Amino acid sequence: MKKTMKNLKSFLRYVFLITVSFFSVFPLYWMAISATNKNVDVIRGTLMPGTYLVENFKTLIDQQNLGGALVNSFRNSIVLTVISLLICSLAGYGFEIYHSKAKDRFMGVLLLAMMIPFAAIMIPLFTMFANMKLLNTTIGFILPTIATPFLIMLFRQSARSFPRDIIEAARIDGLNELQIFFRMFIPTMKSTYAAAMTITFMAAWNNFLWPRIIMLSNDAVTMPMLVSNIIQGYVTDNGMLMLAVLITTIPTVIIFFILQKNFAEGITGAVK
Amino acid sequence: MRKNKLAMSGRHDLTGWAFLSVASLMIVWMNFYPMIKAFHLAMQTGTGARMRYAGLINFQRILVDPTFKETLGTTFLYLIIQVPIMLIFALILASMLNSPTLKCKGLFRTAIFLPCATSLVSYAVIFRQLFALDGYINVVLVRLGMLEAGYQWLSYTWSARLVIIIALLWRWTGYNMVFYLAGLQNIENSIYEAARIDGANALQQLTKITIPLLKPIILLTAIMSTNGTLQLFDESFNLTNGGPANSTMTMSHYIYRTSFQLSSDLGYSTAMAFVIFVLVAVLALIQMKVGDKR
Repeated sequence: MKKTMKNLKSFLRYVFLITVSFFSVFPLYWMAISATNKNVDVIRGTLMPGTYLVENFKTLIDQQNLGGALVNSFRNSIVLTVISLLICSLAGYGFEIYHSKAKDRFMGVLLLAMMIPFAAIMIPLFTMFANMKLLNTTIGFILPTIATPFLIMLFRQSARSFPRDIIEAARIDGLNELQIFFRMFIPTMKSTYAAAMTITFMAAWNNFLWPRIIMLSNDAVTMPMLVSNIIQGYVTDNGMLMLAVLITTIPTVIIFFILQKNFAEGITGAVK
Repeated sequence: MRKNKLAMSGRHDLTGWAFLSVASLMIVWMNFYPMIKAFHLAMQTGTGARMRYAGLINFQRILVDPTFKETLGTTFLYLIIQVPIMLIFALILASMLNSPTLKCKGLFRTAIFLPCATSLVSYAVIFRQLFALDGYINVVLVRLGMLEAGYQWLSYTWSARLVIIIALLWRWTGYNMVFYLAGLQNIENSIYEAARIDGANALQQLTKITIPLLKPIILLTAIMSTNGTLQLFDESFNLTNGGPANSTMTMSHYIYRTSFQLSSDLGYSTAMAFVIFVLVAVLALIQMKVGDKR
């Protein structure tokens, strides 16, 4: 009796998890399937891969600046990720390795920036960037999020586990402080950098509100903006639209799968 | 000797400041400085070059702006309904996935976490099309005989709000679950075994062991979700475009409209943005206070 109860419970648990997993994956499956189908078939509710992928692709490049948007999105996200990782890891290392009370207090002040909602500063930022002639530029895209308290904390946390003996030994060997950072710290902290890279790249790639504000020229659109522009029209070609969504999603999903483990460690690592 | 050591540490202290200077300056320049500018801007009225000091007029205008009140109400509706459901659901999923007897753990975890890999615009557009008049949801409901013809989900206030809440749950539950899973890994399984031997059921284990031990992480996810919900923009903009008749519009979306889309009333918009700032700060403080007490 007790055993059947236990089996039933275990069975129900699997049913529940399978249901949740199904609903989690289904919208993405539907999106990918729709990208390969004609609009009429999407509306008819097909769930089978179609043969209309190439046609959808042609419609998409005919109507939208797909190439430009892809180049812009990759350039903006990569430049932001590289610079952001560099300066935030330098800062996290500086806060932890050369630890002092004054620096702790200063970190506390910087953390307050996490409480500032973007909506509260987007208008002054817009006027600042318009005055600096940075609208429609990559520099304009990257500056507001180039340094975040979150990334600094993440690197400060990981620097805590960096063995001080290595630093001492390197100093005796005659390396200067910057060399120690580049030759010792960065290679040992690969997994932290991988996590930070995932988080920063995804946030940059997916950012919508800020480029929506400063990217006013059609040459400067990013992928999320392109997707959003398609639905502003009256008639929507579902196949073409879902192909644009698919193309926007592929880079982040690839990064997500490669770095899944690091990502989970990364976002939770900063919590502990 | 001692003096030498002090000189060394003084030099290293400076090196430290140099290391953290670039990122810190950027945070000050891109966050604190605009915040001060925002305060200045909120006290002004007019557009373009014709801005003039207006005192608290903008804040008085907020109090009598029906659209602002409506967007404030809608944003809080999302907050009050969606965040608790999501966090409880994430907690339940995490404790299920943490069970040592469960098979295919990795598969379930990946599937439930997968929505987090899609951008906010992408998932908003996917849900917009799924719930469109000729969308897949209507196709299925008609096929099952639950509806005679397609329902205009996004054309009625409450069904449109419901779709936004469903979409938010879909996108963020897995994200919060991962935080809880990481926290659960630090709890020894033997505690649960001991509780089971003492006859504690699943619900008791959840409320007596899991929730108290995960309290700091639950607090963190609650603050993050509150913060995120108060700033919702992409979903409101892309899923419903605020409609029907502004009834699903969030505060950020309204501010975007008044400053960049329908008009360029920067002073008034900034004053409204200030309200969001105060709300985020106050709610975070309350949550931290409540979290401390328990």
